[in-house]
Amino acid sequence: MSQWFNICKSEDLAPNSGICAQFESQQVAIFFCQRNQDLYAVSNFDPIAQANVISRGIIGSTQGETYVASPLYKQRFNLKTGVCLDLPEHVLKTYAVRIEAEHVQLQSIG
Amino acid sequence: MNKQRIVVVGNGMVGHKFIDTLITDESVDYEIITFSEESRLAYDRVQLSGFFSGKTADDLALTDATYYQENGINFVLNDKVVTLDTKNNQVVTNSGRIEPYDKLVLATGSFPFVPPIAGNDKEHCHVYRTIDDLEDITASGKSSKVGVVVGGGLLGLEAANALVNLGLETHVVEFAPRLMAVQLDDGGGQLLRRKIEALGVQVHTEKATTEIVDGENCRYRMNFADGSFLETDTIVFSAGIRPQDELARQFDLKIGERGGIAINDQCQTNVENVYAIGECALWDNKIFGLVAPGYQMAKVAAAHIKGESLTFTGADMSTKLKLLGIDVASIGEVHGQTPGAQSYTYHDEIEQVYKRLIVSEDGTKIVGAVLVGNAEAYGTLLQLLLNDMTLPENPAVLILPSTGDEQAAGFGVEALPETATICSCFDVSKGDLTSAVAAGCCTMGDLKEQTKASTGCGGCSALTKQVLDSELASLGFEVNNDLCEHFAYSRQELTDIIRVKKITSFDQLLENYGSGLGCEICKPTAGSILASYWNEYVLEDNHIELQDSNDLYLGNIQKNGTYSVVPRIAGGEITPDKLIVLGEVAKEFDLYTKITGGQRIDLFGAQLHELPVIWQQLIDAGFETGHAYGKSLRTVKSCVGNTWCRFGVDDSMTLALNLENRYKGLRSPHKIKFAVSGCTRECAEAQSKDIGLISTENGWNMYVCGNGGMRPRHGDLFASGLDEQTLIKYIDRFLMFYVRTADRLQRTSVWMENMEGGLDYLREVVIEDKLNLADELEQEMENNIENYQCEWKTTLQNPEKLKRFKHFINSDDTDNQLAFELEREQRIPAQQTIKVVELTA
Repeated sequence: MSQWFNICKSEDLAPNSGICAQFESQQVAIFFCQRNQDLYAVSNFDPIAQANVISRGIIGSTQGETYVASPLYKQRFNLKTGVCLDLPEHVLKTYAVRIEAEHVQLQSIG
Repeated sequence: MNKQRIVVVGNGMVGHKFIDTLITDESVDYEIITFSEESRLAYDRVQLSGFFSGKTADDLALTDATYYQENGINFVLNDKVVTLDTKNNQVVTNSGRIEPYDKLVLATGSFPFVPPIAGNDKEHCHVYRTIDDLEDITASGKSSKVGVVVGGGLLGLEAANALVNLGLETHVVEFAPRLMAVQLDDGGGQLLRRKIEALGVQVHTEKATTEIVDGENCRYRMNFADGSFLETDTIVFSAGIRPQDELARQFDLKIGERGGIAINDQCQTNVENVYAIGECALWDNKIFGLVAPGYQMAKVAAAHIKGESLTFTGADMSTKLKLLGIDVASIGEVHGQTPGAQSYTYHDEIEQVYKRLIVSEDGTKIVGAVLVGNAEAYGTLLQLLLNDMTLPENPAVLILPSTGDEQAAGFGVEALPETATICSCFDVSKGDLTSAVAAGCCTMGDLKEQTKASTGCGGCSALTKQVLDSELASLGFEVNNDLCEHFAYSRQELTDIIRVKKITSFDQLLENYGSGLGCEICKPTAGSILASYWNEYVLEDNHIELQDSNDLYLGNIQKNGTYSVVPRIAGGEITPDKLIVLGEVAKEFDLYTKITGGQRIDLFGAQLHELPVIWQQLIDAGFETGHAYGKSLRTVKSCVGNTWCRFGVDDSMTLALNLENRYKGLRSPHKIKFAVSGCTRECAEAQSKDIGLISTENGWNMYVCGNGGMRPRHGDLFASGLDEQTLIKYIDRFLMFYVRTADRLQRTSVWMENMEGGLDYLREVVIEDKLNLADELEQEMENNIENYQCEWKTTLQNPEKLKRFKHFINSDDTDNQLAFELEREQRIPAQQTIKVVELTA
């Protein structure tokens, strides 16, 4: 069984925007979409801009799909699947994330 | 075979048009030589009065030496053709130059008629025709207090405008009982007079000047036939034009009884290979003193020389113009010479609008119209006349004020034939416009650039816009201004909603007017509008999600995810102590340092966790945020002005500081740049800014809607001779109107170009307060200014907000993938790819 690890308090989440967590020597962007009470976690590395900036993007939706737009060149990545809507050959790694006892938790992959 | 040789006598607007017609037709090749007695190549005489509102001879130029040289056109300035030898096909100039020709084109234009009055040749008596005339008038103006224009026609009133601009007490003396006697009826002439007098210009009708003698209080005294008199320092004669037919007359070309070189439908004179075009030509016993018929003649003559068939069939003399800021238009026949004609008159004495529509006996066709005070109906009425269209059932609606249903007052542009001329300045037909739209022009800006339509007098801009909209609709484009899929509103509509409904958060807006979660387009837009009106701290919890990464961390994100730090250096003025602080901070945090085009200093390469520390040091030293990260006022660039500069006229430095401090932090549809120059040498490059101010002896000249960047544009002169108080009022209104009505990411230039009515309309809103908005706009600006805060100062006082300024939420580590290298002794992001060095010779 994979384990869940506490990352931060749920109050540390910024509503409708992202934060970046260090997790198993990776950078993970965690987004809390207050409007539909969803939590998402994807890799913080923008493969197009080649920089660790995804957590600073803006959350949006198109046709019911929730995405984050990279702050550098504005490509949109589906927050559930990590697939880039504009250039589908780019995919962000996704992580399992939840809130448990007022803590944000990520699930270990190992 | 040798090339055909064409000699063009005269390089005015029409002569140039003829040459340009041949240049742009690549299928033909002629040897062309043109002579001008003036010292300049062709310039725009129609816009001549623009000379007094800041336009230079260069601005008015229609062509230049380079263009002629590149196209193999020979030109000779300051030399007049004095002999015409039609037997040997050659001309001789004043300087003795002999030029043979195969075809000769006379485009000698006209000369101003000066009534034979004793004393009309005194030193400060002028005419109004060339740039040189205008320079003479300006020179006289400097030593004058009072000026008189003789002639109350179209040009006379333009000349009066010039005298007003020169600051003279201005009089207009007219022989006829009313102003613009040719174009207007009694009612129109009377209203025009009232309006002009309200502007301080004194009008004297039914006055025949008998002599000009020395004056008592002024330089001259004009005595009139009825025994009255008027004292003045300067006189401008503008009593009509006469065809310049002297050359033709001396060398036996056929001349009309009252002058003018007689031509046939091909613009040939009685000598087969000699043509006459423009104001010197007489067709069907008529002289055409407007540019559009002249252009038409130029095209006809060029076509005939090329062997094509095109005929001149007369021209419509309808005209629309703005005289001293008053809209005046005349269409068709207005003097009741059409048997059985009847008319509708709308006369609003309160708003001072006069409109008269004259229709045929059976009421189905338009005969003519006069519009004074409001000429919006001009486009529609003119098209009805030119295309011989049937009037709507109740023709009165054409001149009645709009009742909100725009369609009721107009007619569908779909009804116009493709051949209908929309823009007569540049001869653009509806067909030209529709094919430009089909080829991809989707905005007024595109369409103007592509076809030149409505870039001349601008009279057709409303009509051009209608054709554009109708074409877009018929091509299946939904004319859709929706901001994005979440809001079925344009930015302007959202602005109205936020302002009127006093909406203060994105949640409220989305819940009531939108759908979905929002996106990277509507969120920052809403953030910007909310900030423009309520100016709350941008990092408030409910605004955070709206901020683009720049606003989110109050810095400009760079390619590697680090930020730049840009403190405000208002007007580019900085003390040595502050300069040292910047150096020390940059050194401590190893920041790449560069001086910007906006006269301030950028420090690059700061990481999230460093930003608060850096800003604390800067704020302690007296700096504040420069808002470089926001779509907002950036900088007010300035020269030192009269504090140091020996040429400075006014204190540009103080004005720049005041303006930058007044408007700093104003969130707007796009970035805004200002500049202030202390004299007309213009060292601050104010004409390339959204708002540019240049000091003159008479006060500040205000330029608007300029920009650098991808599509550079010089600003337009908006108002001149302003004091600082008026200036600030105008800027307040201008900026808030921009904030309220522009599209997202639309610079002021594009905003203005796409506005129906363009610059004139903007003047009506900002200066004349046509929409009755001025107080409201000023108040909104006041509120915005009152709520100004340095966002960095606020952030540093708020520990909760500071938590956001670290790379990881759960660790103090920093981004370990950031890599730098050194270039010219400074730190830059490591270049991941191998640079290809391009060798340039």
